[in-house]
Amino acid sequence: MTVYSTSDLRSGLKVMFEREPCLILENEFVKPGKGQAFSRIKIRNLRTGRVLDKTLKSGDSLESADVVDTEMQFLYEDGEFWYFMEPNTFEQYQADSKAVGHACNWLSEQDLCVVTLYNSVPLTITPPNHVELEIKETDPGLRGDTASGGTKPAVLSTGAVIKVPLFLESGEKIRVDTRSGDYLGRVRD
Amino acid sequence: MTTEVAQNWQPAAEISALVERSRIVAKLRTFLADRGVLEVDVPILGNYSVSDPYIDSFEVLNERVEGFLQTSPESFMKRLLAAGSGDIFFLGKAFRAGEIGVNHNPEFTMLEWYRVEWSEHELMAEIAELINTLAPNIGSLTMSYRDAFIQHLGIDPHDICLSNLQRHVSSITGCKWRPESRFNCLNFLFANVIEPKLPRGLVFLYDYPECHSAFAQLHYNREGQLVSRRFEVYLNRLELANGYFELTDPKEQHRRFDRDKRARTAMRKKILEEDASALAALDVGLPSCAGVALGVDRLIMQLLDKNSIQQIMAFSWAQR
Repeated sequence: MTVYSTSDLRSGLKVMFEREPCLILENEFVKPGKGQAFSRIKIRNLRTGRVLDKTLKSGDSLESADVVDTEMQFLYEDGEFWYFMEPNTFEQYQADSKAVGHACNWLSEQDLCVVTLYNSVPLTITPPNHVELEIKETDPGLRGDTASGGTKPAVLSTGAVIKVPLFLESGEKIRVDTRSGDYLGRVRD
Repeated sequence: MTTEVAQNWQPAAEISALVERSRIVAKLRTFLADRGVLEVDVPILGNYSVSDPYIDSFEVLNERVEGFLQTSPESFMKRLLAAGSGDIFFLGKAFRAGEIGVNHNPEFTMLEWYRVEWSEHELMAEIAELINTLAPNIGSLTMSYRDAFIQHLGIDPHDICLSNLQRHVSSITGCKWRPESRFNCLNFLFANVIEPKLPRGLVFLYDYPECHSAFAQLHYNREGQLVSRRFEVYLNRLELANGYFELTDPKEQHRRFDRDKRARTAMRKKILEEDASALAALDVGLPSCAGVALGVDRLIMQLLDKNSIQQIMAFSWAQR
């Protein structure tokens, strides 16, 4: 474990702050000409995603957080846990729904995703930016309407509901941006 | 040679910024010289260091010398004033260890000057003139430290008790830490609440709390509160200069040095040997005067509208 002083805190470092693993986003050194120095830091709580502004006394120290991002394959879910496998060691990890969060909308079995481990336990799951999913259910397509720009809701194989163009049919495969939930295009096999 | 080093040979500032910098520095010199202020060059490497508990110097230690890179030319300039130099200015390098950031570089350029028989308000007026020659029509706003606190925080900085002050601070830090002393609490609130709300442009704040006096004389303000005759200058919300109506009473000088020494002890900082020459000069007597130290790099940074101090330096600390 490493201990960082306020002057070592750079964006990208993962540290423990008030017993929570956090990512340093910014660190501004503030010092009046006469007077005590301090550090204004912006951090993201890696568990909740919340961004916080904090002020630390100069010279204070924070411990590094044992947080690592690992690419893993999503295996399956059993209703309670989601199971991931590290493809090189075949080691398996189970993540609870809190850690999986919104990633559950986008993950299909066998997909590769980033599992953030905190003390070797999944903390968050980040799906790939783009995934390919099948439309399970949507209103019948308006044939030929590829230009009007209208949209309709579609239920995907993962259960996620997104807006798709009117011409799409159930059973078609589409590409989705997992960060925005936007439809990107049709995938032709 | 690694790629990193190879890329690092380039200056931090664009050449055009260095051209502007050179012009501004020349104007600073001319402005003061034209007014009969004598330029003096004093040692940057001295045998003694500053007593201020919150300023750290670089120690120079080898077989030939044991000394410190000066954090300001103050003590040498005061020796000159005591010797009858009259109005003087210094334009050169100063060093402060550990101060690195977008507004800080451990090695920086300072303009410090003293006006004999002037009050701090006369000196503030001269600073406003100086800045207005560099940034025409920037104008200036002058307010007391107390008014700034009342306006932005609704508290009187001279009357509020320490525990109330700490409560205000805790609501801002967002964590358990809060400064222990009145001085640190006020600084904290100023930097975090008032500074961001100051108007852009040139702002003077005067009549600082007694605990901020450093080497400024004390007097009573209109409300009958004991305050220090210290002022600060802000340019676009950035601290630019700090000035005093200088303390001349040798006994009080000694008390202030002792206060700094106690603070250093409490902070477990190295107690530095007293600068006997500076004390001797003060004992002989400093003429009544006002003095100010101005961060030249910050001034240039603001005039050229740059986001970091390194952008107007030929080579920054990281490139030395």
